Amino acid sequence: MYDLIVIGGGPAGISAAIYAKRANLNVLVLYTMESQLLKAHKIDNYYGFVNGISGQELYNNGIGQAQNLGVHLVNEEVTDIAGGDGEFVVKTFTNEYQAKSVVIATGNKKIKPDIKGIDEYEGRGISYCAICDGFFYRNKKIAVIGNGRYAISEANDLKNIAAEITILTNGEKMAEDSGYIVKTAKISEISGDDGRVSKVIFEDNTELPVDGIFIAIGQAGGGDFAKKLGILMENGNIQTDENMETNIKGIYVCGNLAGGLLQVNKAAYEGAVAGLAAVKYVKSSK
Amino acid sequence: MDIREFTQDNFENEVLKADKPVIVDFFATWCGPCKMQSPIIDEIAGERSDLIVGKVDVDENQDLAVKYGVMSIPTILVLKNGEVKKTFTGLTSKEDILGAI
Repeated sequence: MYDLIVIGGGPAGISAAIYAKRANLNVLVLYTMESQLLKAHKIDNYYGFVNGISGQELYNNGIGQAQNLGVHLVNEEVTDIAGGDGEFVVKTFTNEYQAKSVVIATGNKKIKPDIKGIDEYEGRGISYCAICDGFFYRNKKIAVIGNGRYAISEANDLKNIAAEITILTNGEKMAEDSGYIVKTAKISEISGDDGRVSKVIFEDNTELPVDGIFIAIGQAGGGDFAKKLGILMENGNIQTDENMETNIKGIYVCGNLAGGLLQVNKAAYEGAVAGLAAVKYVKSSK
Repeated sequence: MDIREFTQDNFENEVLKADKPVIVDFFATWCGPCKMQSPIIDEIAGERSDLIVGKVDVDENQDLAVKYGVMSIPTILVLKNGEVKKTFTGLTSKEDILGAI
């Protein structure tokens, strides 16, 4: 079991990992090379680089620095977090890892697609958690909206319950073969009957009758994990205390996911705070 | 006030015929966010004697879940005079729940 698993390899996640490692914790970073930082052509406002530095170089340096300090880094996409009370299970598409504490630093990915009907039918056929709500869709027709491993993972959680599962990519390309029926047409609307979801209408004027729709867009991010674990959010932002701790003891959130200034400075600072708080938590529970 | 356990058998008497506003938390023992919702509901029950607060285990009361259109848990209903005034789905803060009273 790891003392700390950090999800995300950007400045927030790597800073948390470095501070925790230097305090002697056994640390694993699970990352996917997807970071807002990688999109920054040049960063001129970060301390200490005379001629600025590219986002790509700063990101790679961070990964290298953590590796040199003995942090264990694995390039795998996390699809779920479960457990509690200092015993968390972090699931990737291919593996499961255990940890006493978790830092989520996955960036501020949007979890809700811009589709007409999403808000109206939330909790009335639209769900963000297959494990929680699959129960209500026994032998029913289900759609999963998404196009990556996260969507496949949610479909896998539903396959023994539902009568039929279709993955809807909403105009995106499916990232890999899934074994599920895939429809790539763009969605124009989710429509209902009697206050609950009854069908998906596509831009090509075709329709798919469904009883339930599970949302799992792109890679799973902090907001997705929050919905599954029961981390309190307000206006789409995860709520934390001054130690970057969520309402679940031992789970911390930092960087862009925590809202506020979307800057490397702030991400690195919050990562340090979260890393040190995880150290305190793990040492006090030993 | 103590937290109550609502079932198909007592729902009519304890919830629909109640003389105070009622908060009902639909949950399941295996649902992560429900575990985080539970202490929030307990806290409200402990603090507010002007409300009736209770939980429905959806595993054991599927008919109630169907009747109230519960398709996602946790779902929290606020009822007054036997009528649903507000429905929350997903983990909901104490402030949001009490704001609906």
